[in-house]
Amino acid sequence: MYNDVVYFALNYKGVLMNLSFSKEDQEFQQEVRSFIEQNYPSEIKEKQDQGIPLSKEDTVKWHKILNDKGWLAVNWPEELGGTGWTITQKHIFQNELAAANTPTLMPFGVNMCGPVIYTFGSDEQKEFHLPKILNGDIWWCQGYSEPGSGSDLASLKTKAEKKGDVYVVNGAKTWTTLAQHADWIFCLVRTDGSGKKQEGISFLLIDMKTPGVEVKPIITIDGTHEVNMVYFDNVEVPVTNLVGEEGFGWSIAKFLLAHERTGIAGIPSLKRELDRLRDITTQIQVGEGSLKDDVMFMSKLDRLEIKLTAAEYTELRTLAAMSAGGHPGPESSILKILGTDLQQELSDLFVEAVGYYAHPFMTEEDLASNESRIGPDFAAPVMPHYLNYRKVSIYGGSNEIQRNVISKAVLGL
Amino acid sequence: MDFSLTEEQQLLQDSINQFIEREYTFDDRKKFLDSEKGFNEENWKTFGSLGWLGMPFSEDDGGYNGGPVDVMVIMENLGKGLIVEPYVPSILLSGKILADLGSDDQKSNYLHSMISGEKIVTFAYIEPQSRFNLSDCLTKATVSDDGYVLDGYKALVHNASASDTLIISARTSGNQCDEKGISLFLVDANAEGVSLRNYSTIDGGKASELTLENVSVSKDSLLGEIDEGFTAIDNAIDLATLGICAEAVGIMGKMNEMTLEYTKTREQFEQKLSQFQALQHRMVDNFMHYEQSKSLLVMCAAKMNDNTEDKKKALASLKYQIGLSGKHIGEESIQLHGGMGVTDEMQIGHYFKRLTTIRTLYGNSDYHLSNYASL
Repeated sequence: MYNDVVYFALNYKGVLMNLSFSKEDQEFQQEVRSFIEQNYPSEIKEKQDQGIPLSKEDTVKWHKILNDKGWLAVNWPEELGGTGWTITQKHIFQNELAAANTPTLMPFGVNMCGPVIYTFGSDEQKEFHLPKILNGDIWWCQGYSEPGSGSDLASLKTKAEKKGDVYVVNGAKTWTTLAQHADWIFCLVRTDGSGKKQEGISFLLIDMKTPGVEVKPIITIDGTHEVNMVYFDNVEVPVTNLVGEEGFGWSIAKFLLAHERTGIAGIPSLKRELDRLRDITTQIQVGEGSLKDDVMFMSKLDRLEIKLTAAEYTELRTLAAMSAGGHPGPESSILKILGTDLQQELSDLFVEAVGYYAHPFMTEEDLASNESRIGPDFAAPVMPHYLNYRKVSIYGGSNEIQRNVISKAVLGL
Repeated sequence: MDFSLTEEQQLLQDSINQFIEREYTFDDRKKFLDSEKGFNEENWKTFGSLGWLGMPFSEDDGGYNGGPVDVMVIMENLGKGLIVEPYVPSILLSGKILADLGSDDQKSNYLHSMISGEKIVTFAYIEPQSRFNLSDCLTKATVSDDGYVLDGYKALVHNASASDTLIISARTSGNQCDEKGISLFLVDANAEGVSLRNYSTIDGGKASELTLENVSVSKDSLLGEIDEGFTAIDNAIDLATLGICAEAVGIMGKMNEMTLEYTKTREQFEQKLSQFQALQHRMVDNFMHYEQSKSLLVMCAAKMNDNTEDKKKALASLKYQIGLSGKHIGEESIQLHGGMGVTDEMQIGHYFKRLTTIRTLYGNSDYHLSNYASL
């Protein structure tokens, strides 16, 4: 295994078509490619390619297609529905999905809550939740941040008081992505306020239909409703929904944050989008030529591509080290910073590329409507995306916090 | 050497700030944006009666003889209030063109009522392929028996739906990108063959795509000489560039203020955000970006009446800097506000969006850097 990975990391050329994969890997790549070709629903593909926001149904549909094939929970243990793929295969798979522009699946169930439950949960929790996460019947959201607790997550105040066989939960969570569509929420709650703030935190699974749970939308600067406030008013949660021991929540949170950050760099999508921007430069008319003739613009694109290659190889080196040594560590903080930085810079280059046609305000409804767009089709989603992507350096542990992690855990400062 | 404002300019600044404080809160602004025209007509008339609309024009034209510094003062302070009323399109662009090229009749028919706030005239010159090149014009005007016939397409015409009249650039001779051969016409917004597709812009403004099909205009709707419109376009865009750069400086100052305030209030890890040195340094950088922008703005305002090359160099430097600093301060202010920075309910995001569109308007940093290099 270890030798495979080193071989892979050393031989990876970074271009989809020219990977020095083994014969088996090449066959696997072909298998993934033809699976996507045959199973990626054309109506979803069309929306994706035109930058039309997907509905929950669209995302669930793709989720189920992958699950039916057994290719959803790529990283789960094989006996629980995982793939048992090598790290090279996982990488090929992610690259192929991104290159085909398939929908981004919600990470909250498969990538976050699932691993927590199979690592720390009770047998009942595993039995009840894992199949529903896999088949997409339950949508999860994440209850971490609070109005007063952002970067300082451990200061959270949402209280869970044990009364008989229930916890009574009171408090508020914020930035809860897609809570309006979620069936369950996994929460960090305070079960003990007496000692060190990290020690009184527990990890609780809450059914969103429980009386006292209220979701209120937060509209963001791109005009969309993606995040929410979630209020808990005397919400009674069975004690059996506690994951691990009381007070073990912070350890789970740290485990999860490390998991969340791997893949957060979004390198495969960045490669696809960078190629798309290159292609767009030939379509943007500037006088009698195209934007491709603009040396200043194109050199920025090249600089970004080099930076992307550096990030890509950093990710490969991390993956190689991980598969040899186990869990992702603080290295994932480097990837979070590099990846989100690239995502934001690329979104800004798109804005720059389309010039004045970034200015019309396109709502989600405008993007989804049949009416022709203002300016070229590719221009319409560009500004909402730039504005929306200000979030990536803030969420998942802000990039300031990631730098703290690196300075403490890597540099030992 | 003296960089201070005159007493009159100080008074002008105070009156704008008072107006914003009393009549233009964030909630007021929201109401104006939601109205059909996208701004408040009462405000516009108030601007007229307070003399702000006439500031850039000579007394002969019915104005108040203000210079570039007065325009700077007005726009910088309007920027602080994130004012959406059409000062740039109707006053700095169309007003300036009319003042430069208008006949006595044209001035009395249009400019005077624009200065009083009764009429709004916008300027349509951007085309889908023109990007920032002012001489790239495919819209055509051909001579007819009693005037001209216009055909073509204009993009991002600000406040067109609220305008009574449009000034439209059209090619009367020469090739696509020739400076010579562009003429300017006054066209009634309701004229036959004029159609608008209206939309909101990301910064809270209104704009339209404009299609001209066989639009007949009379001989006296020509502004200035036939084929000779370019210089007036160029001069108007120069004035508007100074204007939006001043607006940007106002916005950046305000964003820095709001960010400082926020970090002094928000606590994490038992400390105010403003006490973290890593964040302090970033606010210092924002402040330095602001100071550099302000310095180039003042320099540019002082050089607007110099010979063309000095003025052009000053404008290119200024707009280049505004592009860089606008990105830096804009993005950093959002980041320093954390999640709150991306919410629609906080003011900071709205300032950020206007600052972001200003980065592109009349040419982005790359465009102005190449201009600078060519001078």
